[in-house]
Amino acid sequence: MNGLIGKKIGMTSIFDQAGRNIACTVIEAGPCVVTQVKTDDTDGYTAIQMGFGVAKEKNTSQAQMGHFQKAGTEPKRRILEFRDFNAVNKSLGETVKVDEIFAEGDMVHAIGTTKGKGFQGVVRRHGFGGVMNATHGQHNRLRAPGSMGASSYPSRVFKGKRLGGRMGNDRVKIKNLRVLKIFPEQNLILVKGAIPGHNGAFVILEKKK
Amino acid sequence: MDAIKFVHEQLTPQRDFPNFRPGDNIVVNYKIIEGDKERIQAFRGDVIQIKGEGGTKTFTVRKISNGVGVERIFPFSSPNITEIQLLKRGKVRRARLFYLRALLGKKARIKEKKMAAKS
Repeated sequence: MNGLIGKKIGMTSIFDQAGRNIACTVIEAGPCVVTQVKTDDTDGYTAIQMGFGVAKEKNTSQAQMGHFQKAGTEPKRRILEFRDFNAVNKSLGETVKVDEIFAEGDMVHAIGTTKGKGFQGVVRRHGFGGVMNATHGQHNRLRAPGSMGASSYPSRVFKGKRLGGRMGNDRVKIKNLRVLKIFPEQNLILVKGAIPGHNGAFVILEKKK
Repeated sequence: MDAIKFVHEQLTPQRDFPNFRPGDNIVVNYKIIEGDKERIQAFRGDVIQIKGEGGTKTFTVRKISNGVGVERIFPFSSPNITEIQLLKRGKVRRARLFYLRALLGKKARIKEKKMAAKS
């Protein structure tokens, strides 16, 4: 999988040649440093491990410091492994930039952690309709989940019953986002549409195979 | 946010529109594409608000068409705007002229600001 680690900057909109206004997300992708190269001989599979972002030395463990020193880089905030990375041939300690992997017009997948929504009811969390009527003697149950299931058999609520609970803060992959523009000097990439997470959140960009 | 500003600086071409403000009467010549035909449509009305900044800055134009109020929002950076003409400067005391929506006929007029004649 060819990809890069990045940071979500924010959303905006641009006009294309046809004069259409397109919503897009600005992502600061890379530059990533290769911190480890895995090969068939040593690890049984091929992969490349990359680091992104600046971490403080006091927040980095001794073990990780040694790992970064081996690659000859500063401590990195986020480390990630990309399996079967074959876009560019990089060795330990080299940097990977955004224009080496993506090109304008490519399709990419964006992986991120969605914004946490807290404890939400079934209407928001699962799209239940709620009980539509406030009349017919009903009160206090406009957004209620309704029936939990049958009665004396099974005398319990089945596992997996959709109920209220914590929503958001999940790892989500948004597939097939088109790359609209790349600014290699600024490490910026514009993709069409929205990606998960708040501004400043880490995001993994994968190139579609 | 600086990165977004940078993106717009790179992607938004500089246009020289007249420097109009809320209350002004303007004509917007807007390119309309129907199928494979292209034509210019003029929209004349009063600017009632200017909103946003950078590449997403927009302005709202209000006019009365056949007795019905019509408002249209144009992005400043839209490539479909071919020309903007400033017809009249309006004398208004606020930046958002939403009170015009409640007014009809003679009450909905905006007083024209008389410019000092340049000698």
